[in-house]
Amino acid sequence: MLRFFLTRLSLLIPTFIGVTIVSFLFIRMLPGDPVLLMAGERGITEERYARLMAEFGFDKPLWQQYFVYMKQLLGGDLGNSLITKQPVWDEFFTLFPATVELSVCAIIFAVSLGIPAGIIAAVRRGSTFDHTVMTTALVGYSMPIFWWGLLLIIFFSGILHWTPVSGRISLIYFFEPVTGFMLIDSLLSGQSGAFKSAVSHLILPTVVLGTIPLAVIARQTRSAMLEVLSEDYVRTARAKGLAASRVVGLHALRNAMIPVITVVGLQVGVLFAGAILTETIFSWPGIGKWMVDSIFRRDYPSVQGGLLLIACIVMIVNLIVDMTYGLINPRIRHTR
Amino acid sequence: MTDTAQQDDQLDTRKGGRMALLAEFWSYFSENRGAVIGMWFFVFIIMVAILADVIAPHDAIHQYRDALRMPPGWQEGGQWRFLLGTDAVGRDILSRLIYGARFSLFIGCVVVSISLVSGIFLGLAAGFFKGWVETGIMRTMDVILAFPSLLLALVLVAVLGPGLTNAMIAIALIQQPHYVRLTRAAVMGELSKDYVTAAKVTGVRTPRLMFNTVLPNCMAPLVVQAALSFSTAILDAAALGFLGMGAQPPTPEWGTMLAESREFIQSAWWMVTFPGVAILLTVLAINLMGDGLRDALDPKLRRS
Repeated sequence: MLRFFLTRLSLLIPTFIGVTIVSFLFIRMLPGDPVLLMAGERGITEERYARLMAEFGFDKPLWQQYFVYMKQLLGGDLGNSLITKQPVWDEFFTLFPATVELSVCAIIFAVSLGIPAGIIAAVRRGSTFDHTVMTTALVGYSMPIFWWGLLLIIFFSGILHWTPVSGRISLIYFFEPVTGFMLIDSLLSGQSGAFKSAVSHLILPTVVLGTIPLAVIARQTRSAMLEVLSEDYVRTARAKGLAASRVVGLHALRNAMIPVITVVGLQVGVLFAGAILTETIFSWPGIGKWMVDSIFRRDYPSVQGGLLLIACIVMIVNLIVDMTYGLINPRIRHTR
Repeated sequence: MTDTAQQDDQLDTRKGGRMALLAEFWSYFSENRGAVIGMWFFVFIIMVAILADVIAPHDAIHQYRDALRMPPGWQEGGQWRFLLGTDAVGRDILSRLIYGARFSLFIGCVVVSISLVSGIFLGLAAGFFKGWVETGIMRTMDVILAFPSLLLALVLVAVLGPGLTNAMIAIALIQQPHYVRLTRAAVMGELSKDYVTAAKVTGVRTPRLMFNTVLPNCMAPLVVQAALSFSTAILDAAALGFLGMGAQPPTPEWGTMLAESREFIQSAWWMVTFPGVAILLTVLAINLMGDGLRDALDPKLRRS
């Protein structure tokens, strides 16, 4: 197992270096003078221009710039935001819990609906339920989620007034963030109604972000389940006279879950991409909205740092998924 | 089994093997009702896009100053000359949707062509020339795949400058790794087969071996991927348009239309609803068709 882990880890190193090169080149690929570009239309004094040039090291050859960049990077220094002057690292990890909270809720929503729906659809193959689930899943899979979010806002916030339109919690509640997760913080604050407000703010973004993973998971569960149900050992179990629930729940489900877990893990990248749109629609103060805002504000150090950190997080989560996969499926572990 | 055996017999006796293959493909494809519906809807969109100049009741960017934010024809206050209503500056929504079909199909075609062709070249190269060529290509693809697709597209457009052309380039770049991986995997599967060895022994040169001998046998998964990524391209381009990084106003691109109507979601539902319906139905039709293609072309991938 340790060897499997180390091989996988070593495979990540070239990708990591590639990712740093991409984020390094990002500012340098911008057409025109990067410093003037960052200064925007207001212009810049010559003194500040020279200082920024030196700060970014743009006056040195490219390869030297890269080594300086890597050195700073390994020391955890991603530069400072041009707008807030705060370290990009701090900004990122202040906002990160909001995105994690939203993504975790979305994936829980997707898994808790998608897996049962997929299993029932597979067991009752060809039934009305099966057709309904598969049609809904295909519609969900084809959904432009930015439009889906707007529709839900029109209906649930505009017409029914059930849920708020934006933000993480109502402005009347204020407390110091402890964990950064609003659901936990609002409980810890002890203010009555705070938790309820946090939940009601979370519902629509969760549904919007969870829609595509839900559709993918339901489809994958169904096809994995169908494959397993036609295996010989399932037929044997049935022939032995085991109850149908036991055959499906114990014999089939355990093996069908292996591809499903991979699919769930692969949704991390999808969630980040979806978070960009979802957070923008609901003004959710997380990483996705921050990245979009930074791009529009021409806050290029923030974009650069965010790009790198997000790619690293996706790589680490994929590695963990790989590990889990190896843990539950010995065949994978031993082939490589 | 008897069915396929019979069909094989027919194949041998018929003239023009290509037509027979096409007929066989159609018999599989038409089994899937959803796929056929998707195909007809897709044909409908293509017709709408081609005939836009004829069927659109108004110009896509003409602003009717006397008809700002007019609701759809059947609603109170609406006029039948603006069937689906008008937007904030008095442009006819139906006409904009009709012209928008051109942009969506154009985006899909361009993105799929760029990523398919470059993906096939790189994938063939990686599959045929082992060693550092393969390592270099595949590691580069890993790097692209490490970023969430939409984020990388967004950043690329920020570098290249907002606009439809740059959005298409960015989306083609993020989709290309899938083609490279598929091509390489298919090539590696084919290379060990006897017909390839036979061709090598008879002295077929590498370029001919790559493109004429091996590539045609790798096409099935690529065609399926092309169909599915056509819809992803439309979705991603609409998302970029929605974020203000894709097609720029007053282009009647569906995602850009949604972005312009965002501030009116409480007051003018028609401005938000119809462009989204257009995106959803188009993408859904292509995905239905893609599922049918996969089932018909590649029995191994068939989702029972």
